[in-house]
Amino acid sequence: MKTLFTNARLVDPEAGTDAPGWLLVEDGVIGGRGNDAPPEGGERVDCGGKCLAPGIVDIGVKVCEPGERHKESYRSAGLAAAAGGVTTMVTRPDTTPAIDNPETLEFVARRANAAAPVNVLPMAALTKGREGREMTEIGFLMDAGAVAFTDCDRVVSDTKVLSRALIYARGCGALVIAHPQDRGLSAAAAATSGKFASLKGLPAVSPMAERMGLDRDIALIEMTQARYHADQITTARALPALERAKRNGLDITAGTSVHHLTLNEFDVADYRTFFKVKPPLRSEDDRQAVVAALREGLIDIISSMHTPQDEESKRLPYEEAASGAVALETLLPAVLRLYHSADLTLPQLFRALSLNPARRLGLDAGRLAKGAPADLVLFDPETPFVLDRWQLRSKSKNTPFDGQRMQGRVLGTWVGGKRVHGAA
Amino acid sequence: MQFSQTHLLGIEPLSPVEITEVLDLAEQYVDLNQSERKHADALTGLTQINMFFENSTRTQASFELAGKRLGADVMNMAMQVSSLKKGETLIDTALTLNAMHPDLLVVRHPHSGAVDLLAQKVNCSVLNAGDGRHEHPTQALLDALTIRRAKGRLYRLSIAICGDIAHSRVARSNILLLQKMENRVRLIGPPTLMPAGIADFGVEVFDDMAEGLRDVDVVMMLRLQRERMDGGFIPSEREYYFRYGLDAEKLSFAKPDAIVMHPGPMNRGVEIDGEIADDINRSVIQDQVEMGVAVRMAVMDLLARGLRARRREAGKGVMA
Repeated sequence: MKTLFTNARLVDPEAGTDAPGWLLVEDGVIGGRGNDAPPEGGERVDCGGKCLAPGIVDIGVKVCEPGERHKESYRSAGLAAAAGGVTTMVTRPDTTPAIDNPETLEFVARRANAAAPVNVLPMAALTKGREGREMTEIGFLMDAGAVAFTDCDRVVSDTKVLSRALIYARGCGALVIAHPQDRGLSAAAAATSGKFASLKGLPAVSPMAERMGLDRDIALIEMTQARYHADQITTARALPALERAKRNGLDITAGTSVHHLTLNEFDVADYRTFFKVKPPLRSEDDRQAVVAALREGLIDIISSMHTPQDEESKRLPYEEAASGAVALETLLPAVLRLYHSADLTLPQLFRALSLNPARRLGLDAGRLAKGAPADLVLFDPETPFVLDRWQLRSKSKNTPFDGQRMQGRVLGTWVGGKRVHGAA
Repeated sequence: MQFSQTHLLGIEPLSPVEITEVLDLAEQYVDLNQSERKHADALTGLTQINMFFENSTRTQASFELAGKRLGADVMNMAMQVSSLKKGETLIDTALTLNAMHPDLLVVRHPHSGAVDLLAQKVNCSVLNAGDGRHEHPTQALLDALTIRRAKGRLYRLSIAICGDIAHSRVARSNILLLQKMENRVRLIGPPTLMPAGIADFGVEVFDDMAEGLRDVDVVMMLRLQRERMDGGFIPSEREYYFRYGLDAEKLSFAKPDAIVMHPGPMNRGVEIDGEIADDINRSVIQDQVEMGVAVRMAVMDLLARGLRARRREAGKGVMA
C-alpha cells in the first residue's frame, strides 16, 4: 500500500527545513522523499503546494472518561484531534476517579483505541487519587502502557513523598510530569497579580509562585536524578532557573500551553471565564519571554492543555468558574499566529509541536525521515477564518478563541498512513 | 441628558459629564429628602428588587428607602439564605427573577464580576451594590457628593484613602472616580493590604500615615474587616491602630480644614478614633449616609429614564 504526496511544502523540524518536495508513504511508514521528479505508482495526493508536516504529539489532553463523558469522550476528542492535525493524544489522568491503577488504565486504553481515530497514549497519576500521599504502581502502570506519570495541576507538596516517587520512577525509567507552582501562594488565585487583577478585584497569584515551584522541583531532580518535564512554564522569572538546570545536565524539559503563547491577562477583559486557565494568563512581558524561550529551544514543547468544561461550569462568577479551555482543534491555527508574527518559523513550531514531544516520550513519530510512522498533517497556513465555537468537534465548546480571526487550516490528517481527516 | 448607561456596574465606564449629572440631580434629592414630604414619582409603577448575596444592613436600607421615596415597588431578597443554599446557580436565579419583570435590580455579591455576569442575562437595569473586591459605584458617588458639598468643588483636591485597599471595592471605585474628576489620590496602608501593581494606577502610595496625610484635603478611612486582623495581614489590632488608626495627632498632618470620611460601619479604636469620628467640625460621616440615599435616588432616576426611553423606542409601549 503506497501513497505519494506530491507538490508539497515539506516542513521538517528535524532538519529545520521548509522546502518543496514529495513524500512517499509505504505500509504506514515514510518510505522516502525528494524534491526531484516523484516516483510512479501508488495512490497520489496532490498537496497543491501546501504544508506537509509531522503530525502533532499533544502531551496533556484531558478526555473526561471515566467520569464526565458529557464533557468529552474518546470519540469526540479523537475527532477534534484529527481535525486539528493532532495525530497522538497523550491523555491526562485527572479524571473522576483518577487513572491511578493498571485496571483503570487498561480499560481506558482499550476504549480509547477503539473510539479515537488518532493514536492515544495514556498517562497515569503519580500518586494515588492524585492526593500527594502514596505513589502509584509505577511499574505495573508502565507495563499497562502509561507513557508518563503526573498529578496534573495538583502539586505534590510533601517533598518526602515526591522525592521517593521521583527516585522510584527513575528506577523504572519513567518520565514524571509536574506542574511547577507554589501551593500556598497560588491558593484560591484566579488571576496573575498585577494591575489587571487589582483593577478587576480578582484574587491573584504572584508569577513568582511558578519559579518557586520550579526551583523546588529542580532541587529534587538534582537530588534524585529523575526524568522530569515541567508541564507549563509561563513566566519570565522561571526561565533562568530552567536554563541553569539544563546547563547543569539535569534530565529536564519544559512545555508551555498554546494559550500562554498567544493570549495575555488583559484578554480576560470583563470576567470572560473562557479565558480562565491554570495557571492564569500572564502579563504581555511574560508572554513575550516565553515565546522567545520557545524560539531559543529553552522551552521544548507546546501543548494544547485541552481541558473540556461544560457551559454550566463556566457560566459562573469568575472566581467560581472552572479553569481550562478546549484546544485540540484550535492549537495549530492559534500557534500559527507566532508564524505570522515572524516570531517562529514553521520548522521551529513543529519542533515544539511534534518532534520534541515525541522524543521526550521515546516515540519514533514527529519526523519526516524514512522509517518514521506516517503520522502527517497537511495544512494551509494562510487560509483566514473566524472561529465559531459551535463548529468545534469537542463535546465542550469552551474556547477563548470564539469569534476571533484565525489564519491557517488543517486540510488533511493521516495516522499510520491512513487518512483520518479531510476529503480524499 | 448625558447619562447613557443601561446599568450602573461600576465607575469605570462613566464619563466625568455623567458623574457630574448624577451629582447635580442628587443635590435636588438632598433637598427633597430634607423637606417634609419626601416623595417624588420618578419610579412610579416600576419594580425594584434588592438582591443581596452578602450581608448588608446600611446599603440595603439606603437603596430601599431611595426606591420607596421615588415611588417604586421595592422587594428585598436575602439571597444568602435562599436559593443558593439549594444549589441554584446565579444565572438561574437571575432568569427566575427576570421572569417577574423587574425594572431595577440592585445586586450585591461576594465575587468580583458576578454583577456583570448577572447584567448580561436580564433585561432590566442592574445596579452594582458591591461585587467582591471590584467596585461599589454608588459609594464612590455618594463620597464624591459629600466631598463636593464640603469642599465646594470636586477637582484639584488631594485625597488620601487609608487602610485595607487590597480588599476594598470602595477604594477601587473611589480611585477611579476621583481620578476621572482630576484629583490627586494617595493611598496609605501597610504593604500587606496594598494590591499588587497599584503604582500603575497613577496614585501615590505611602505606608506611613504622617507622610501620606501631609496637606491632604480629604481623609478617607476604610473599614478593616475583622477576619483580616489576626496575624494574616497585620500582626494585631492594637499595632494597626497605633500605626494606621486615625487619631488627632495623625490628622494634624492634613490641612487644617481637612474632612474625615468613612464608608461605615466603623470599628472605633481600630481604624478610627471615636472622638474624631464624632467631631462635627471634621467628620462628614453622617453626611455620607444622608448623601447615600440622594445619590441612589439620582442613579435610579437616570437609569429609569433610559429604560423608559429604550422601551419606547422598542415600541413596547409598556410605559406609554
